[in-house]
Amino acid sequence: MIALNNSKTWTLSNYLLALVLLIPVLVMLFGGLTASTQLFLHLWQSVLPRYLENTILLGFFVVLLAVFFGVISAAIITQTNILCKSLLRWLLLLPLAMPAYLIAYLYTDLFDYAGPVQRTLRDWFGWQSPNDYWFFDLRTLSGAALMLALVLFPYVYMLVRGAFEQQDQNLIKASRLLGLTAKQSFLRVALPLARPAIGISASLVLMETLADFATVQYFSVNTLTTAIYDTWLGYGDLGAANALASVLMLLVLFVVLAEQKSRKGVRHQSSRPSINKTVIVLTASQQFFASVFCWGLVAAGFLVPLVMLIIMVVDYSSVNQFSLLVSTGINSLKVSVIAATITVFIALSFGFYQRFHANKFRHLPLRISGFGYAIPGTVLAMAMLSTLGPVDHWLNDIASYAGLTSPGLILSGSLFAIIFALVVRFLAIANGTVVNGINLIPHSLDYAPASLGVSFKGSLIKVHIPLLTKTIFVAWLLVFVEAMKELPVVLLLRPFNFETLSSQVYQLISDEMLEQGALGAILIVIFGLLPIVLLNKSK
Amino acid sequence: MFKRLLTLSLTSLLLMTSDSAYAAEEVNVYSYRQPFLVEPLFNKFTELTNIKVNVVFAKKGMAERLAREGKYSPADILLTTDISRLVELRDKDLVQAVNSTILDSAIPTQYHAQDNTWFALTTRVRNIYSAKRLGKINLNYEDLAEEKYKGRICSRSGKHPYNVALVASMISEHGEAYTLDWLEKVKANLARKPQGSDRGQVQAIHQKLCDISLGNSYYFGKMLKDDKQKVWADEVYINFPNQDNRGAHINISGVAMAKYAPNTKNAKALMEFLVSEPAQLLYAETNMEYPVVKGVPVSTMVASWGDFKADGLSLEKIAKNRKAALTLLDKAQFDL
Repeated sequence: MIALNNSKTWTLSNYLLALVLLIPVLVMLFGGLTASTQLFLHLWQSVLPRYLENTILLGFFVVLLAVFFGVISAAIITQTNILCKSLLRWLLLLPLAMPAYLIAYLYTDLFDYAGPVQRTLRDWFGWQSPNDYWFFDLRTLSGAALMLALVLFPYVYMLVRGAFEQQDQNLIKASRLLGLTAKQSFLRVALPLARPAIGISASLVLMETLADFATVQYFSVNTLTTAIYDTWLGYGDLGAANALASVLMLLVLFVVLAEQKSRKGVRHQSSRPSINKTVIVLTASQQFFASVFCWGLVAAGFLVPLVMLIIMVVDYSSVNQFSLLVSTGINSLKVSVIAATITVFIALSFGFYQRFHANKFRHLPLRISGFGYAIPGTVLAMAMLSTLGPVDHWLNDIASYAGLTSPGLILSGSLFAIIFALVVRFLAIANGTVVNGINLIPHSLDYAPASLGVSFKGSLIKVHIPLLTKTIFVAWLLVFVEAMKELPVVLLLRPFNFETLSSQVYQLISDEMLEQGALGAILIVIFGLLPIVLLNKSK
Repeated sequence: MFKRLLTLSLTSLLLMTSDSAYAAEEVNVYSYRQPFLVEPLFNKFTELTNIKVNVVFAKKGMAERLAREGKYSPADILLTTDISRLVELRDKDLVQAVNSTILDSAIPTQYHAQDNTWFALTTRVRNIYSAKRLGKINLNYEDLAEEKYKGRICSRSGKHPYNVALVASMISEHGEAYTLDWLEKVKANLARKPQGSDRGQVQAIHQKLCDISLGNSYYFGKMLKDDKQKVWADEVYINFPNQDNRGAHINISGVAMAKYAPNTKNAKALMEFLVSEPAQLLYAETNMEYPVVKGVPVSTMVASWGDFKADGLSLEKIAKNRKAALTLLDKAQFDL
């Protein structure tokens, strides 16, 4: 392939940027080297093996469920004539707006012994005590996996649906001409072509799962994240916590690299997407099951929890909370918009660099900048303080040396720290989406503008970025929604008198005051919905 | 692309850092205590002194944050629950001694550090809640290990600071070997894996999942005042354990001054305000804790639970046994 740009400044700036984003990760890894072996030994002999087992099982089940939900719903929406297709097409994205810990709390309320479901059953069948009947317990590992999968599957759905829709229809047509039925051609051509999208979204789901703290804590499923919290906050050993976090990160890295390796050489370009798409016509019973599947996902991942929240708000509404919610809502918006915008810019820069530069290691900035996603929010927040703290001290020392008034902790004590952390944490999402989008642009379009005398910059602005508008929007949206929901980073890094919706809601519901947090929770969901609705309208 | 990125990041940097403004008369608080409780206190303080109170509410990681901020930390006052957290702040050299005759005379000696690095503001009891269906019973913490309670006890995570402090006090009383054995037996008696909050355990008793749970005293009052939770609390008795021997385990909420507090004068004023009668009354009324200052009445509801004998064990000793307690909880696999 011919490289279109060999600028050294471009290389330098991208590498520099990637390095800056990698610093917190490095701080964590080096911090791990100071771990006390004695504590490690104690943990290994008592609880760590169980925690590891739980972590691996949880990751496995969530990915399995999310891929199952996501791929099947994407296939139904793109390949069949299911009823209300255009409605379901975007309704299936809505669970993305629900924080996992929120639906965990809500479903526990619903299915608990004292919850409405079991109460009704007891009334019907005249049962008296828990010993009279069996009812599933949601607060288990499989329950946690289900909760996480219900809100994470839209990642898979979104990326896989995109892959299906952008596939070269000639390949599908050729397969049909060669005698495959619509179903066979889907299974043998379309599905394998969507492999990269499935792989990328599955690794996103895995990383989200491993970073989750609130859900597993509420369900008391002890995972590696629990162990990290314990060693750091219980035993007060940041070194050991960093070491455990490094183990967690390497685990994720291993999975991600294995996934990348397994689809090496798979090209998935398309120059003629969605022309005269053929759809599989469903029979009445197939129509029924497909509808139940899709509507079930929408209901379980979004509608039921939303209705529960609305009922709580109606029951417990109080007007004086509203003004507080507006100010925290604005805080949340501010942080999320800034973080999403910066993240997408960086992802584009790295994405274009790997596409166009001749440098042998042009993939490197993309790769290494994605590591942050594998770090749980709390650990990242700690790394942020360890990183920005010294810089702040240095600035203050210089100021006092120069006789100026000390500026205070302008980096680690301000929104800068939160936004930096959010960018580090969610860049992997934007990277994945943007690279996927860039890869879908045929290489012929890279060379065509150049052969017509358009400058490299001009071709980016006139050809590639317009082609990527949708991709950019999707990437921005994903980061925005994640940033709205992000909890530990905000909890640990917020400056004075600063609350976001998620921190406020979490504080209320973790004190068993879910009802009072319901209005705030609805706002998180609504803010999360806005971009999804906008995205749908823009098409 | 890069230039635009740079401009963008610089603009946003300005936007982000503009929040950390410094006004004339103010005091900065890092608080583990919740907004509903401390906001009325701070409002009252501002009303009296005209000093503005800035707060960061935190759930965890306060000591780590302070350590990393070092001498440029904006924090003046640290508000928290649990003695171990206060002692941890001192052991990590994050706080300074405050010499105040007001604090010294208001707070009984066992409830502030000898070197004046921490001060208790309220006390709370680790009670045993028992289902009314069992009738009135008289329990010691030790009894929770008895065979007859198999499958009848509920607990929140063993590693919650309130439980860790209780285990630490058991170590002080009986030594590590006994305490590990006790933990293993209590673990075997649990009706379900440790989960939820202190209130969640009372809910479980209401649901007949278990008969006995551990919980802090003020949660009982809070449940009684909540429309939804009142039915849970109505189902249980609040018991003060170990009344025939050492007394019930006591923990505290307290305050300390940050080592590098930029506003020491205002910080001291706030600390002194927190032991004044109006502030202590607010603690007693809004959160149903026991005021640390002698003579300030508890709320009528708390008074109705009756007097009790408190364990005289030194709080510093409890804090010292914290790590040992955590290790035993892991060994007993209490939360698994």
